[in-house]
Amino acid sequence: MGKYVSLKDFDWLLLVLLLLISALGVVEIYSTTAHTRFAGAHVKQIYWILLGVSLMFLVCRYDYHDLLNHIPLIYILTLVALVALLLLGSDISGARRWIRVGGFSFQVSEGVKLAIILLLARFFSESHEERVSLPELAMVFLAVGVPGVLVAMQPDLGTALTLLPIVMVTLFLAGMRWRYFGMLLLAGLMILPVGLHFMRPYQKARIVTFMHPEQDPQKAGYQLLQSKIAVGSGQLWGKGTAQGTQTQLWFLPEPHTDFIFAAYAEEHGFLGVLFALLLYLFVLMRLVHNAKNAPDAGGMFIIGGIVAVLSFQILVNIGMVVGYAPVTGIPLPLMSYGGSSVLFVFLSMGLVNSVRVRRFVN
Amino acid sequence: MRFARRDNRLSESRLTFLQWGIAVAFLALISGFWQLQIFNPAYYSRLAERNHIKNLRMPAPRGRILDRYNRVLVDNYPSFSIVTQWEVGQSLQAHLPAIATGLEQDPEQLAERVKTARARVPRQAIVVQENATFRDIAFVESHRVEYPELDLVSEPRRLYPRAGFAAHLFGYISEISERELELPDMESLKPGDLIGKSGIERQYNSVLQGQTGVRRVIVNSRGGEMEPLDEAFPTSGRDLRLTIDYDLQEVAEQKFRGDKGALVALDPRTGEILALVSRPTFDLNLFARGIPVEEWRRLVADPQNPLLNRAIQAQLAPGSIYKILLATAALEAGTVDETTTHYCSGGGTFYGRYFRCWKKGGHGRIGFHRAIVQSCDVFFYNLGKDLGIDRIYEYSTYLGLGRKTGIDLPGEQPGLMPSPQWKQKLFHERWYPGETISLAIGQGALTTTPLQMAFSFGGIASGGYFARPHLISWKDMEALGLEIPSPTEFRLPLREQTVALVTDGLYGVVNEGGGTGRRARIQGLDVGGKTGTAQVASLQASAKDDTLKDNAWFVGLAPRRNPEIVVVALYEGGEHGYLAAPVVREVIKAYFDKKEDSEFQYAQESGAGEDVAVGRFVSEPGG
Repeated sequence: MGKYVSLKDFDWLLLVLLLLISALGVVEIYSTTAHTRFAGAHVKQIYWILLGVSLMFLVCRYDYHDLLNHIPLIYILTLVALVALLLLGSDISGARRWIRVGGFSFQVSEGVKLAIILLLARFFSESHEERVSLPELAMVFLAVGVPGVLVAMQPDLGTALTLLPIVMVTLFLAGMRWRYFGMLLLAGLMILPVGLHFMRPYQKARIVTFMHPEQDPQKAGYQLLQSKIAVGSGQLWGKGTAQGTQTQLWFLPEPHTDFIFAAYAEEHGFLGVLFALLLYLFVLMRLVHNAKNAPDAGGMFIIGGIVAVLSFQILVNIGMVVGYAPVTGIPLPLMSYGGSSVLFVFLSMGLVNSVRVRRFVN
Repeated sequence: MRFARRDNRLSESRLTFLQWGIAVAFLALISGFWQLQIFNPAYYSRLAERNHIKNLRMPAPRGRILDRYNRVLVDNYPSFSIVTQWEVGQSLQAHLPAIATGLEQDPEQLAERVKTARARVPRQAIVVQENATFRDIAFVESHRVEYPELDLVSEPRRLYPRAGFAAHLFGYISEISERELELPDMESLKPGDLIGKSGIERQYNSVLQGQTGVRRVIVNSRGGEMEPLDEAFPTSGRDLRLTIDYDLQEVAEQKFRGDKGALVALDPRTGEILALVSRPTFDLNLFARGIPVEEWRRLVADPQNPLLNRAIQAQLAPGSIYKILLATAALEAGTVDETTTHYCSGGGTFYGRYFRCWKKGGHGRIGFHRAIVQSCDVFFYNLGKDLGIDRIYEYSTYLGLGRKTGIDLPGEQPGLMPSPQWKQKLFHERWYPGETISLAIGQGALTTTPLQMAFSFGGIASGGYFARPHLISWKDMEALGLEIPSPTEFRLPLREQTVALVTDGLYGVVNEGGGTGRRARIQGLDVGGKTGTAQVASLQASAKDDTLKDNAWFVGLAPRRNPEIVVVALYEGGEHGYLAAPVVREVIKAYFDKKEDSEFQYAQESGAGEDVAVGRFVSEPGG
């Protein structure tokens, strides 16, 4: 049945939106790195985008049902990779997140997200329950919990946290009753202190800083304050590309990765922000639209999970820039510099299209 | 079909719900940006500007202080201060210990200093080290990256070539106080600016004060200077020429031996002050460098009160020098003339009380001239009695007592000319006739300042022409755009005969046999003068202590009529009283030596071999 797919059914509008956002990202990466040791990063980013787009078309042709069929293998491989990473991974600033393949380093956690999305999609599309039952709920948490803890141990709290919205959105789309969500919320609140106990000091500090930024003007609070200054001083029109004083004079931390949207907001102002946010919103709306038109539940859950990851990352990253969310290392999809992040987005877009182009097949 | 089970309708409604949820979250984000970028944009723009624009203040040098022949009395030298900039987010606190070590300071003291400075003037550069040495400068330059908050500021400092030289005249400078910041003529100044606090520095602060410059540079988050924005250069203050003669000041400083007292020399023809000395003195260079708190406390708490400018602020009984004023008054009132004689048996009884003459054996029958020459107390008791307190008060006030001369120095004191009205008002007691007798020889409640005496003697000897004492010539004041005080002079219609008799008496004091001021005599010069010794009234002290505490005065002038120079010396505490006449003599001599030989320059002749009471040269400004 996969033989009848046509590129005519490919979501070209979605691709245009993605490329527009990527272009904004490339320009901002150029602006933030031009006079630093990262100069030229925007060119690398373009390569990553081109590679991502190619992968997207490749994945799009591949039938997602095959992936769903191979879930046990994918899941086990993921666990093995995570354990191997803990034991052998490259240390980059105290965290083992990377696996080196040839000249490239890949962040394994990006793959974990995809694996979990697929796992949950298969699980619920095969379920015989009308709505989510409690045993199912327990199984889901166990299945996601194991890789989640392994990721958190890297330690990569940001990615571990990203798994949570995937689970929640999938449960929601699977029709889980509201009172179960209430129960989960309660359970979460009770587990929270335990979780805090296992957090690294800097992770705790970030939470504290988020609550009381004025208490820590040096580190996380400093970053937050500088980010707000960057955004606020951009005003309506922005200071112009490569003209942001906060960005160009290194007051803004990580201006080409985590805080790229603050740099963007400083240089392109509220109007630029509005433009970028609308692009993101259109992308997400388009994705949900595709989910609605998915040929089967499996496809719908896959796109739903991807929507969950992307919305979470966009909201947390941009929320962080304006002080609505704590300072975490979660990159902004498509704009932040980094191959793993770019590749993840385009790979998942490939999956989305894999679902989309098969919508009329059955 | 695999993977196809599910209630489509439920899923679709939940997907719609998800869509709405995302849209709402985006709205929240947009409102966040709205608040930061649109609602109050100025707030963050200001913060961004403060982040990256560094204001470096460039203090201006103060104007120099020159003597009447444009010789430099007070100069400036370049110095560097190390300051820390107040920057958002940069934790100066964390760096302080390392900075203290680098600058060889006590970390706790530095922390305290920063804390107090910050509390006083938030968001201003804080000076952490004045007079930076080459080591300090090297430390700052080599740690630009680690401690970007540190900066070097070129700060011209006052250089007083010699410690203690004319310190009271020049006055000290210090950081402007909060109260002074609110004064109308200080409105352009900022906390941390230096202003004159006393003496000339304060009186003519508006002339001497320069305009601080500001250099604005763009810096990055590590404190590196990226590019200059603009620069407003500092404008130095204007030079100020005093009427002081360096040579005479030098002579007065060197010859004034003794630890407590004052000397003032002026030209009565113009009122120009030629020299002004006060003891004990202090080192103005301490203030130029920023005086340490302990040092300041020590100065303030010193019982000798070194900060007091005794030439204009010491209010003491004039003793016998007052007899000249009384003689003038009596001659004018006609209660005495050159034929009047009185008998001095070493004392006399007035109003039922016995008043002693200073000379135990008495002067015998004595006339007006000899009474001045020998300073016979009994003669003047009679003079006072005949004149009466009301006329004494009236004439003395005309002659300048009990009121300020109006010299252009802050803090001048008026002294006190007692009267029955004054006593009634203050003590609710009537005036006893005996008090008039004490007053006649310059004792009792009467007090004067050295400047007042110079002013008064100058006026009498000049035939009633009283010129307001001043330190900047009227011409210079006009040129500087300053308001010339009014009146600059006044005339008393003294009779020629009065002036002749009094000044002849003054000449006799110095030049005739039995004169009390023979020590002031200069061969070939027409010098007049008058000695005075005033007891410091103290009921508890024994008679012996009283003599120890006597204040000694000498007023000298030359020539005796229409003098060119009047010099008053005051020695407090008696021990050095015999030195009053000689120091006045030295100053007068120097004045005429100089007049005869225009090349004469005492100031440069004086060598290190001299026994110099003060005259420590400040060899190394940086140390």
